Amino acid sequence: MNRYAYFLGCITPNRYPGIELATRRVLEEFGIEVLDMEGASCCPAPGVFGSFDLRTWLTVAARNISIAEEMGADITVTCNGCYATIQEAKHLLKQNDELKNKVNNILKNIGREYRGTVEVKHIIEILDENIRYETIQKRIKHPLKGIKVAVHYGCHFLKPSDIRMHGTVERPTILDDFVRALGAESVDYEDKMMCCGAGGGVRAANLDVALGYTRRKIENMVDAEADCLITPCAFCHYQFDTGQIELTEKIGKKYELPVVFMTQLLGLALGMSSEDVSLNKNKTQIQTFTSKLS
Amino acid sequence: MASKVIRNVTWDFLNEVIQDGSRVFPKEELERLRFCIQCGTCVGGCPSGRISALRIRKIFRETQLGLKETVLSDDNLWNCTTCYTCQERCPRGVHTTNTVRIIRNLAVKYGYIKNNHRRICEFFLTYGHAVPINDETRQVRKDLGLAEAPPTVHSHPESLAEVLKLAEETGFKKIVERTAK
Ligand code: SF4
Ligand code: SF4
Repeated sequence: MNRYAYFLGCITPNRYPGIELATRRVLEEFGIEVLDMEGASCCPAPGVFGSFDLRTWLTVAARNISIAEEMGADITVTCNGCYATIQEAKHLLKQNDELKNKVNNILKNIGREYRGTVEVKHIIEILDENIRYETIQKRIKHPLKGIKVAVHYGCHFLKPSDIRMHGTVERPTILDDFVRALGAESVDYEDKMMCCGAGGGVRAANLDVALGYTRRKIENMVDAEADCLITPCAFCHYQFDTGQIELTEKIGKKYELPVVFMTQLLGLALGMSSEDVSLNKNKTQIQTFTSKLS
Repeated sequence: MASKVIRNVTWDFLNEVIQDGSRVFPKEELERLRFCIQCGTCVGGCPSGRISALRIRKIFRETQLGLKETVLSDDNLWNCTTCYTCQERCPRGVHTTNTVRIIRNLAVKYGYIKNNHRRICEFFLTYGHAVPINDETRQVRKDLGLAEAPPTVHSHPESLAEVLKLAEETGFKKIVERTAK
């Protein structure tokens, strides 16, 4: 498929629009048309609204999916949370007709119907399966030679594995392969598969606990001498970028590991500037990383 | 201590959790909560357990024992980041992370909700986004050459009305209002 309905969610457009910009630019560069999902809402967040009321979570998700169904386009996302919600909602509605009818009875009130006719693909899958890393490799103008990248997968791209179906959750390679395709090095670090700390409403409920995760992850990445970290998830991006500033405020220690979204890293390798992919709009500094690029 | 525990038993709490969860999940999956053998694999891999006092297997045991108030009022219930590490590893196939979400649904239903979480609900019930746009991001979007407001409910009041209607129909609005007290 060469056209995708871009489901934005909340964090991408409302906190880190640079992710939106870089993603649009990169996909267009490879001839993939990016369509707006007019009137989409919060996905709603799987660990937040899923924790408040699962039925509401599912119904609102079904409405969002129905927008793409009307457009006749599969969905892509730049947030693991949006991915989780849309994929899980589809999974639940597929296996249970009674549930689907119940949801559709509610959707009827707003003149909508969930049919289950479109798929959702994470931006990782578009780059890996549609465009393919080999093709990306051929288009690289600015190989990221000598750059050490700490890969953060986040949780909900891979788990629960029986629904996601991306293979091993303990030792995945899909993002490390991506980093290597761009000419950079993926550094191993302690607790690589650990969560960023933001999910499940913990960032809102208990910021200290959320930052406890973030601090461990950032310190482990720094210990591994990473020049930057990459994420495939806007919410993880938010937690790492804003979280480092919050950590400095709270414990007085300076954290300054540049945070890069995967499509931003790709943009740089394709020859775009750090402004083109909006890296300069991060809260944490990026100079230590960008100075190594040239 | 022991007498206190016995006085507070709600015998059908485990059934209530399974029943409530089966509004969306297959019941067979949730029944596995009965098979938890307290092996501790979940806690052993839990990132939150290294930072907070969350001991997820304890919550499951208390649920099995019918300690409803203890479980629903436990602050640590909200320290799970829903990372699914435990669900992937549980040797008894307990849908641990989904169970956490279900127990939280009941906590909210019975009025246990954090102020910050109520605020997120209110954002959603006002803007259709859990994290609505702010002035700072509007400016960044403009600087980047993107539309000042994204093409979401933020640009479509009629779509926002749809979302709010759904929140009313599912009873979500009432749930949130009830917790406001
Ligand atoms: S890993 Fe599974 S069986 Fe073991 S204590 Fe946790 S929930 Fe129970
Ligand atoms: S899903 Fe929650 S309880 Fe399970 S390992 Fe992750 S943080 Fe711990």
